[in-house]
Amino acid sequence: MKALSNAACIVGVDESDEIGILPQKSQLALHLEAVTNAVKDAGLKVADVDGIFTAGQHSPALLGEALGITPRYVDGTSVGGCSFMIMVEHATAALHHGLCDVAVISHGESGRSGAGVTRSRDTALTGQFEIPYGFGAAPTNFCMITTRHMHEYGTTLEQWAQVAVSTRAWACLNPKAQYRKPITIQDVLSSRPVVYPFNLLNICLVTDAGAAVVLTRPDRARDCAKKPVYVRGMGEATAHVSVTQMKNLTFSESTRLSGARAFAMAGVGPRDFGHIMLYDAFTSGPPIMLESLGIAKPGEGVTFFENGRSTPGGSLPINTNGGGLSYTHSGMYGIFPILEATRQLRGECGPRQVPNLRLSLVNGMGGMLSAAGTLVLSNER
Amino acid sequence: MEPDRPLPQPIVPESKPYWDGLKEGKLLLPKCGGCGHIFFYPRILCPRCQSRQITWVQASGRGKLHAFGIAHQSFNRAYKVPAPFVLAMIELEEGPRMLSNLINVEPDPKVVKCDMPVEVVITKVTDDVSVPLFQPARAADRKGGA
Repeated sequence: MKALSNAACIVGVDESDEIGILPQKSQLALHLEAVTNAVKDAGLKVADVDGIFTAGQHSPALLGEALGITPRYVDGTSVGGCSFMIMVEHATAALHHGLCDVAVISHGESGRSGAGVTRSRDTALTGQFEIPYGFGAAPTNFCMITTRHMHEYGTTLEQWAQVAVSTRAWACLNPKAQYRKPITIQDVLSSRPVVYPFNLLNICLVTDAGAAVVLTRPDRARDCAKKPVYVRGMGEATAHVSVTQMKNLTFSESTRLSGARAFAMAGVGPRDFGHIMLYDAFTSGPPIMLESLGIAKPGEGVTFFENGRSTPGGSLPINTNGGGLSYTHSGMYGIFPILEATRQLRGECGPRQVPNLRLSLVNGMGGMLSAAGTLVLSNER
Repeated sequence: MEPDRPLPQPIVPESKPYWDGLKEGKLLLPKCGGCGHIFFYPRILCPRCQSRQITWVQASGRGKLHAFGIAHQSFNRAYKVPAPFVLAMIELEEGPRMLSNLINVEPDPKVVKCDMPVEVVITKVTDDVSVPLFQPARAADRKGGA
């Protein structure tokens, strides 16, 4: 397992040309923009890419064809939004063993406009046991995790709202963020109720966006345009699909497992990070992830967002791109936290730059805390 | 009879006894013939011991509201129950959890509480399909202790 630590590094990251509301762009176009932009960021050419990793509606084979290349390694793991984080682990293993030399992880999703989207989902279980009761969109499921947490720990609506407020403060510093006007706890509490306990501002955006990450081995990284970001530790797990099958609604077992492996591989502890990127589809997600990773005690994840701790200038910056809550969320958000952590570790983030950063944690979920991926990234080996 | 909600579909072979039971007014749960584990949703093996000997037992219909949400809009055009309505995760007395709706209750977080005792109301949607909905347990049943 230790052999994979620092076996690969991130050498290129970028979004599609634009992100936001883009009805004029198919999701295949978003993929292709993202891949070409990220490869350029790395100082490489598309023809250098020989490993393609993607989740969602388009297969890695289609991306290879559309890009005009013939990959010799492909991976279409699709376990929800964190699939792209998990693919960093898969790509690292493939690179380490020489199965490919330049890996691209790509995301493109027309989540808002539906341009070039076909609806095809496995509904055998949800169609029988969820849809007849009005379940469907993610808030109808994630509300369960959230009300149970409130019941067991006394977590309040004001505390969840604080997560949205903190994340928005970062979005104000990111020119690519969809929403850049500060909000207050009261703004969250008085926004339109969607599914109790969630009002509109407790829930992520729905946008159109693409993003890609380029990885290679450290020897090859010397020829790239920018300073490499090393993948020091990584982990993945899946624990369930339906929320009814969780052993404990307020704790993500897959998150715990993925974090434990990533921390052990990197030789770090859960409290060693100066910067954290978490998957924030809902305001209750990041606090529960902090608890499941062992960074916060059970029930205390929300305190990390209080008193300015997680905000610009705070002691532990969290979701510095403005998150799925305020920056962008196309549906499978998991690639965007990798972009931000890479940019922070390179020192490219301007007014939102976290000073003296060495170690960044990236963690995200797939589905309803069902799958998880964790990455420990560093700008030094 | 015009259904007020999407019908369960596709009904797969391993869950047919469940839906057949509801049509007869019974809430049936799959039970492992090997280790005795009662589980939900229906599948061809026991998720605890992987035995393929699956039998069916009738549930008491009593349970607790494990978690909930109150939907202020419908997320599916075919779901016509007027909002707000209560999305419910029920923990049955026999152990397994299932998703449903809590009915005959004010859709208000001051009233709807985690762990409140509930009881099944098997509700006809069409002549062929009934679904298990739940309501707050009546006081007489509460004494029995869920």
